[in-house]
Amino acid sequence: MTLLIGSMELGLIYGILALGVYTTFRILNIPDLTVEGSFVLGMAVTAVFTVGGDPVLGLAAAILAGALAGACTGLLQTKLMINPILSGIIVMTGLYTVNLSIMGGKANMSILGNDTIFTMVGSKTLVALVLAISTAAIIGTFFRTRVGLAIRGTGDNEEMVRAASIDADRTKCLALAIGNGLVALSGGLIAQYQLFSDVGSGAGIVVIGLASVIIGEVLLGRRGVAYGLFTAVGGSIIYRVIIAFALKVDLFPPYSLKLISAVVVMLALSGPYVKKVLRDKASTRKRRSMVKHIKEYVG
Amino acid sequence: MLKLENLQLTFEKGTIGEKKALKGLNLSLDKGDFVTIVGSNGAGKSTLFNAIGGRYRLDEGSICLDGVDLTGLPEHTRARDLGVLKQDPLKGTAPTLTIEENLALAYGRRSKGGIFATNRKDLKYYRELLSSLDLGLEDRMKTPVGKLSGGQRQAVTLLMCTIASPKLLLLDEHTAALDPVNARKIIEITQRIVSLKSITTLMITHDIQMALTVGNRTIMMDDGRVILDIAGDERENMTMEKLLESYRAKSSRRLIDDRMLLS
Repeated sequence: MTLLIGSMELGLIYGILALGVYTTFRILNIPDLTVEGSFVLGMAVTAVFTVGGDPVLGLAAAILAGALAGACTGLLQTKLMINPILSGIIVMTGLYTVNLSIMGGKANMSILGNDTIFTMVGSKTLVALVLAISTAAIIGTFFRTRVGLAIRGTGDNEEMVRAASIDADRTKCLALAIGNGLVALSGGLIAQYQLFSDVGSGAGIVVIGLASVIIGEVLLGRRGVAYGLFTAVGGSIIYRVIIAFALKVDLFPPYSLKLISAVVVMLALSGPYVKKVLRDKASTRKRRSMVKHIKEYVG
Repeated sequence: MLKLENLQLTFEKGTIGEKKALKGLNLSLDKGDFVTIVGSNGAGKSTLFNAIGGRYRLDEGSICLDGVDLTGLPEHTRARDLGVLKQDPLKGTAPTLTIEENLALAYGRRSKGGIFATNRKDLKYYRELLSSLDLGLEDRMKTPVGKLSGGQRQAVTLLMCTIASPKLLLLDEHTAALDPVNARKIIEITQRIVSLKSITTLMITHDIQMALTVGNRTIMMDDGRVILDIAGDERENMTMEKLLESYRAKSSRRLIDDRMLLS
């Protein structure tokens, strides 16, 4: 039971990460690697504020810092015409130094013994639940506004958005800022949850986010953007539960987490294509055997 | 209304593949003009549209729309007063968004309805517009556009191009990818909307018959220039044969096949 509650809490907090990844990957249609840096950025900023006695302000600052990082990636893509994936990698790499310097040049930072948003409220589950659901609701509502619709249009058909007199460069930057703001918030909450910040915790975080988004879509179905945001959070919870049980029964050693995530994402992304190939093969086989039967019958 | 002066545009300037696409093109349109453009492949018709829309930068010349100089403005700023419709029905709409969301995106620059993308008043307007198409789309406003046929998508795109009452409408062979029945339907809808809103329009077509019957003026382009500009009686009396004849007389290209103009 403790295991289930623990993974549920983690699932909800990482669910906010999944919301960020959903925004850039599904809505804007760009696999954004800035996430790996902005997650730790959120952790580092929150940790510094938390030690200073301002845990809530720390989370707000994390969102802003993450948004700034996302906007940087956006500017590299739109104003300097750098390939979208490379833009993310560049900002992510730069952020490594930024994150270290925020934590005073040290690779990790403990916030043990300080007040966090969890200790202030008293119930970790409640904080995680309220934050994840309200964030999903806010983002879902945002995508129904004019600006939100313009972002969705940009991911869908950029040329058409420009033809509608909308600055697609700006909508891209905005979407990347929102996505990375969410990711940084998730990082900040994780720092307060586990009571430390570590510069290496961003590695592979984009795959974890994608895994959550995809697990949610596969198990809960695809039905519009608002629903998609909630399935992303749901997928994150399911992902954490699966991982917790896999580790509990000693099926895999604890360090196999990332390999499992990578395999899950690979299977889910290749699924539709593999299915199609298998179907085509099956129908070819069927046709061949039919031809054979006819030949036997005639001959 | 629209004044194009000495438009010059070169592709891949300074390289071995340098190609002058527009060579001092001049054109002036009055308000409400519906001009059809004919010309062989490579005459610079689509380049002209892209230069007006801001996709390509001019080497020289100026584009003036309704007293405003567009020449240096970015694409999305010009798009405020422009409607552009291309041949490919997939280009003008966002496939995963619904019909009403697509219309809302296009109408955004004119709608006064708050921060949310759709509101009751706008939706009522979209429904009216869609029912005027007579395709039954008014009952499928929540359907993603990707689920519609090519003809239906092109009809929706046409609405999107004109919903914000642009000052200038550019139609680049917008019926060429459709079957004859749908093509005729789209042309009818085009004529109806253009005359209803009296939008100044330029339409590229390879259908000479259509070029001479739709609109009030026809120009022929060749090698980056306008080589023929007819309206009124002269246009009334023009036939396909006479048009081809004058093309042969004026075109810079020798050994030309008539089919080049028609294809």
